Amino acid sequence: MSSQEIPEETLPVEQGTAHGAVTVADDPFADPGLPAHKPRIQDIDERAARRSERAVAFMFTLSMLATVAFIASYVIFPVDKIVYIWPFGHVSALNFSLGLTLGLALFFIGAGAVHWARTLMSDVETAAERHPIEAEPEVKAQVLADFAAGADESALGRRKLIRNTMFGALALVPLSGVMLLRDLGPLPERKLRTTMWGKGKQLINMNTMEPLRPEDIVVGSLTFAMPEGLEEDAHDFQTQMGKAALMIVRIEPDDIKNKREREWAHEGIVAFSKICTHVGCPISLYEQQTHHVLCPCHQSTFDLSDGARVIFGPAGHPLPQLRIGVNNEGNLEALGDFEEPVGAAFWERG
Amino acid sequence: MKKLSARRRHPLAAVVVLLLALAATGGLYAAFAPAGKAQADETAQSLAIDEGKKLYSVGCASCHGTGGQGTTDGPSLAGVGSAAVDFQVGTGRMPAQQPGAQVPKKKVVYTQAQIDQLAAYVASLGAGPITPTEKQVNPEGADIAKGGDLFRTNCAQCHNFTGEGGALTHGKYAPSLEGVSPKHIYEAMQTGPQSMPSFPDTTMPEQQKRDIIAYVQTVNGEDSASPGGLKLGGLGPVSEGLFGWIFGLGALIAVAVWVAAHTAKAKKS
Repeated sequence: MSSQEIPEETLPVEQGTAHGAVTVADDPFADPGLPAHKPRIQDIDERAARRSERAVAFMFTLSMLATVAFIASYVIFPVDKIVYIWPFGHVSALNFSLGLTLGLALFFIGAGAVHWARTLMSDVETAAERHPIEAEPEVKAQVLADFAAGADESALGRRKLIRNTMFGALALVPLSGVMLLRDLGPLPERKLRTTMWGKGKQLINMNTMEPLRPEDIVVGSLTFAMPEGLEEDAHDFQTQMGKAALMIVRIEPDDIKNKREREWAHEGIVAFSKICTHVGCPISLYEQQTHHVLCPCHQSTFDLSDGARVIFGPAGHPLPQLRIGVNNEGNLEALGDFEEPVGAAFWERG
Repeated sequence: MKKLSARRRHPLAAVVVLLLALAATGGLYAAFAPAGKAQADETAQSLAIDEGKKLYSVGCASCHGTGGQGTTDGPSLAGVGSAAVDFQVGTGRMPAQQPGAQVPKKKVVYTQAQIDQLAAYVASLGAGPITPTEKQVNPEGADIAKGGDLFRTNCAQCHNFTGEGGALTHGKYAPSLEGVSPKHIYEAMQTGPQSMPSFPDTTMPEQQKRDIIAYVQTVNGEDSASPGGLKLGGLGPVSEGLFGWIFGLGALIAVAVWVAAHTAKAKKS
């Protein structure tokens, strides 16, 4: 239906026509202003005001006492004193008293201030008028004139050599800041792609610090290993373990579904990186019945019986497997480093 | 003597000496060996196995098979050892109530004597981990700090840093270690019940298991101290943050509302 077809009588009545005159007030939305000020009991009764004053002073005094108690408990309680306090259980006497007294000291400063403001400070409502942000026209004109005069006096427009070299100097100064970013380096080079594992490195049991032997590892067990030659008190122990951490499980060779995994194993003993390929959490929540490993950070799940394939979660790569064998002494040894970078993916990982 | 001495080079002399020596050794052994006790032990053992077999046929055979060979409802028990039986039945997990993601800990239905008989029977089906002795699991004098180290390396990923337990996949979970007896912790490490991998003596020696037990009992025992109090399940920043946001901020908002809602005016409007 087009607008021409709307019958006349259904259209809205226009203001001021003979059909319906509307009276318009001078200011239909007049500012009602602030409500009349009402006094508080403290404003009328001086005794009530003095009671309030005493209450505020009392709270500030309690705060002072609590601070003194804080210092006293710091001196009195030895660090290792444990007491039973219901319902918190066996807690450190020192921690508990320090927390309680400091909490009370701060609380009573706040409570006193609130009570003071509510009952004694002036509560007369006032309105502050807003002013336009823009400057007065004569101020603006003055500023522009001053600028033009300054530019003229410095002869910036005339002496182009000075102007251009100044621009050059200003443009180069930030380079010093950029240069300092060099200290974020050096670049990692191949460090993200290599670990301490290498050909002939024995697998050291993290519990006993002895080389692992194949007969030590039974089906259904879980063992953690580190590379031979890494000392627990070495300065870079954490750095190295962050990449080299290894978990070892034994799976019946027939249960291993992945051909490469079976070849890289030794009689069903498989060694996988313990670092999740999502964001690098240590991951060893191994369920021995399903051979699934769960990452506690984002629930990525890997199937250790199928090449550590990702079966759930955000991880993008299977866990890297370490190829292992047995050396002349009958100990387990690595037959090389991991073939792919361990841990979280990075920009150039490929 | 002379007669004997004269025949010392006789071809049969060596044989005679050998026979005499054998007779003497055998006689001495018969005289000194604790024959009676050994016999008694054996009878007690086979009695226990017989009793255990009866209990097994009533309580376990429907799932694990009449000879412990396993069925579609339950795994084979050959080679699981007496330690596994002592753990599973001693913590009430077995007999299982219903199939599911995981068999939970519940009220123990057998007496310790019956559990020992069941364990003897299952142990007779195949060699496996043996129920530890009182001395093997006693954490007295163990190295608690070393135990903490070992616990964080081997156990904390599933059971939490102080043994509070945690979630696994598909409804499975690592149970809390609170109130679990040293013997049962030891047996769990030794046998690897349900989803848990085992930590055999070859990779984690007995002394280290005692260290771990001592650590768990120190941080998660009856009277273990929690210096800050109100540990909220010991789960770390998750539960503490939740408590802080809901109850801490909630209390602040409630106080602010209360202050604003109560006018200080003399004439209430």
